[in-house]
Amino acid sequence: MVIRAENLDLGYGERLVLRDLNFQVKPGEFVGILGPNGSGKSTLLHALSGLLLPKRGRVIIRDEHLGRLNSRLRARIMAVVPQASEVRFPFPCLEIVLMGRYPHRQRLGSLTDEDLLWALRSMRRTTTEHLQERPVTEVSGGERQRVVIARALAQDPKILLLDEATSSLDVRKKLEIFEILKFLNETQNLTVLCAMHDLNLAALYCRRLMFIKDGGILEDGPTEEVFTPDILGQVYETPMEVIRHPGHQRPYAVMLPLTPDMQGEEELLEAARR
Amino acid sequence: MNELGISLSPSGLKDIFLPQVHTLPHSSHPAKAATPRDLAAARERRQTGARRFAAALLVLCLGLLASVVLATGIGRMEVGWPTVFGVILGKLGWSAVPADRTTEVVIWGIRLSRVVLSALVGASLATAGVVFQGLLLNPLADPFTLGVSTGAALGVALLVMLGVGGSFLGLSPLPLGALAGALGAMVAVLALSRESGGRIRKESLILAGIVVSTFLSALISLIKSLDEESLSAIVFWIMGSFSGRGWIHVGFLLPYAVLGLILAFAYHRELDILALGEEQSHHLGVAVSKVRLNLLLGASLLTAGAVSVSGVIGFVGLVVPHLVRVLAGPSHGRLLVLSAFTGALILIWADVVARVLLASGQELPVGVVTALLGGPFFFYLLKSRRARGMW
Repeated sequence: MVIRAENLDLGYGERLVLRDLNFQVKPGEFVGILGPNGSGKSTLLHALSGLLLPKRGRVIIRDEHLGRLNSRLRARIMAVVPQASEVRFPFPCLEIVLMGRYPHRQRLGSLTDEDLLWALRSMRRTTTEHLQERPVTEVSGGERQRVVIARALAQDPKILLLDEATSSLDVRKKLEIFEILKFLNETQNLTVLCAMHDLNLAALYCRRLMFIKDGGILEDGPTEEVFTPDILGQVYETPMEVIRHPGHQRPYAVMLPLTPDMQGEEELLEAARR
Repeated sequence: MNELGISLSPSGLKDIFLPQVHTLPHSSHPAKAATPRDLAAARERRQTGARRFAAALLVLCLGLLASVVLATGIGRMEVGWPTVFGVILGKLGWSAVPADRTTEVVIWGIRLSRVVLSALVGASLATAGVVFQGLLLNPLADPFTLGVSTGAALGVALLVMLGVGGSFLGLSPLPLGALAGALGAMVAVLALSRESGGRIRKESLILAGIVVSTFLSALISLIKSLDEESLSAIVFWIMGSFSGRGWIHVGFLLPYAVLGLILAFAYHRELDILALGEEQSHHLGVAVSKVRLNLLLGASLLTAGAVSVSGVIGFVGLVVPHLVRVLAGPSHGRLLVLSAFTGALILIWADVVARVLLASGQELPVGVVTALLGGPFFFYLLKSRRARGMW
């Protein structure tokens, strides 16, 4: 197991967001974490990345208690891509990617060719090589997000956590990033966990889905089994239909209008008119 | 064709929607390993920056040496720079001291010590400014605006009032009092500007700095009115001056400056990463709390040391990092080194101006000079597009 959550209670201050979570992730899995706004997707990722200490229970990363893992060692195992990242200073993109080598470098050691190679390779993977000299403050949102992913890859991680990393990007950019993730997942056995909103993107790339709702895991299983109208409807409180794409045979969700309520409104309007 | 060189013809679009045959770059052109040529090109590009840094450093080093000699020659008693050079070499034991006893005392005992002290204080304040700005991600942060300098001055004023001013074994208790005051002010400002979620807001940080600084200034004034005897001594620390300072003060400051500079430089890489924010620094493996604590300690040591020998001198810590950032880029390793040298240069010459500006032979407090020069220059930096692009 690469990640194990045991009896996790998570929250901020007095408020408990998630209760008694138990799950495991095997190496090489591609997991989507889905759920409505405020359900605790980000909270869960914060706990898995060590940013948030659990109120109860523990997170085990490759047989090590996350809380006891030295921060550099942790960063060599796990990289995180946040939703949007603002950088204050105009570092060239290459320098931003090289920051991903921080956990691998000696305290006062200089940069090695290996570090530079990792950075260049990661930039090539994310098609950001041409941005090497451009200040990170001057590239577009999609480019910056790809640079941040390159930085995460330069960490040479075994686990990659993404917190709505593609939410602010257009369709094409989303697909490009998920193609990169898929490639690394399939060829390097990289474990990917991504919290996301886009159901159909999740169905297209994630092989396992975890639905979070009302402070706990509602459903967790292979995409084929849990991506159903019943479960989706229950999670998002929205009528859904799931259809199979004739070409690639992956399921996709179609939302239906909230008809009953609208009929109710019509009747009310009708009554008001009378 | 788009930037990726993929045509978005209808057939291309179909490929994207049917993933088993799609043509996105990563599967149709699997990532090739970077070639030795790419590596060499990237290395070369990074070295261009390194060479420019080395050149700037060389110019600053030479400028600093020349400034020390020239500034030592300037004063009411005119001394040519060959004499100054001769006395310095003689004192260092490299040749015979050529001048008479009076000239020797004026040059070595009075002026050179003062020039060296102002250089050390300038380097300390500029470095503290770089650390505060980088750590708090705030372009207006410096020892003065954060109230840290005033805190240090209050610490010194309290000790002066209590009559603990002497020195034992070449160490003065004043820097310790300054350090306690600096750390106290720092803690107060951070506590005041912290919001419920634990975040520090840019605007509230400087506001808290001004509030704390004003409050502490009032306390200093109170001490001043309670204790007429130490009045002149306390005024000295509020205004900022090198008047009457000598080698003994260089000795007081040196341990604090050295320790602070080492702490700041040891964490220059972390300062770069902290520009990405606390969360991403954590994800990249930076032990954020520990690093931040050490850097705040380092900057406080530098500020406290500087204030305990020269009082509150504003604007050096604010302006120098901005000036250097425009010329040398955002990387903190270079920024720290170049800022230290630039701060030293600027304060040497500001003190020369303070010494000679008034025709009456009276001295201006050097803090007045730095504020008069630094204020308008900072305004210019704020307005210039190039400098704003640095934030």
